[in-house]
Amino acid sequence: MIWEILCIFLGIGIIFNILASIGLLRFPDVYTRLHAGTKCTTFGSIFICFSAILYGLWRWHDGEKQMLAISIHSFLALIAILLTNPTGAHAIARAAHRSGVKPVKAIVDDLEEVKND
Amino acid sequence: MLAFLATTIFCFVIWLLLTNNGNMWGMDEIFAGIVFSVIAGIVSRKIFVKDMKMANPKRWFMLLAYLPRFFYEMAKANFDVAYRVITGKIKPGIVKISPGLKNDLSLTILANSITLTPGTLSVDVDDERNLFVHWINVKEEVLEKMPREYKPICSNFPDWARRIGE
Repeated sequence: MIWEILCIFLGIGIIFNILASIGLLRFPDVYTRLHAGTKCTTFGSIFICFSAILYGLWRWHDGEKQMLAISIHSFLALIAILLTNPTGAHAIARAAHRSGVKPVKAIVDDLEEVKND
Repeated sequence: MLAFLATTIFCFVIWLLLTNNGNMWGMDEIFAGIVFSVIAGIVSRKIFVKDMKMANPKRWFMLLAYLPRFFYEMAKANFDVAYRVITGKIKPGIVKISPGLKNDLSLTILANSITLTPGTLSVDVDDERNLFVHWINVKEEVLEKMPREYKPICSNFPDWARRIGE
């Protein structure tokens, strides 16, 4: 039972990470690629972390005491991913716009108007 | 002093969690943890604790109440991006929103939430705390007025950020 849940979590995580990589190849410019690179990888990695946490708790429950460390470390990694991934995306997007990369096919760009004023 | 104590205790708890191997901690581990936590507390107390606002437990409850809704929006975001990856339908643009937040903590929460929710990515912020958001599927009705409505872009996240951080 628990093994199947683990496999489903891992499967969801891998599917979303694959979609993120396809998005990186398909989208036209840096901003839309960041959309794929932040949302999908965060969500996929969260599910992979969930799977690791559940595995650690399961083995811990079966009597292997040192397996609790896997759960705790995965949980800390999860929090770190949730905090740093959007921050890094924000930094990349801001740097891209400052160095003059225009969004491809954009129908509105308020930031460009502000800079020209 | 309070900032130093809060930082040291936080670092020490993280140290205990990271060095746990299923048994109790030995005295050497605890001693090394205290030494390193005190060093980290002295160095980073002014960065870690800006003011004592987050000491109020009400804000932590608001944060906990915010998480389920945030995860729901995040799941929606992923199906949205998956749909756009497969079909390639995009209509991007950068729009300016004025959430009217007063401090940096709530603005950070809002910007990170915007990045992780459907179709939006925060790009820049100006001195009046207006956010510039890259939107992957711009709706026509938002473009008509110049002070943009933030409701269609990030629903009621500014209200949540205000409740947590101000």
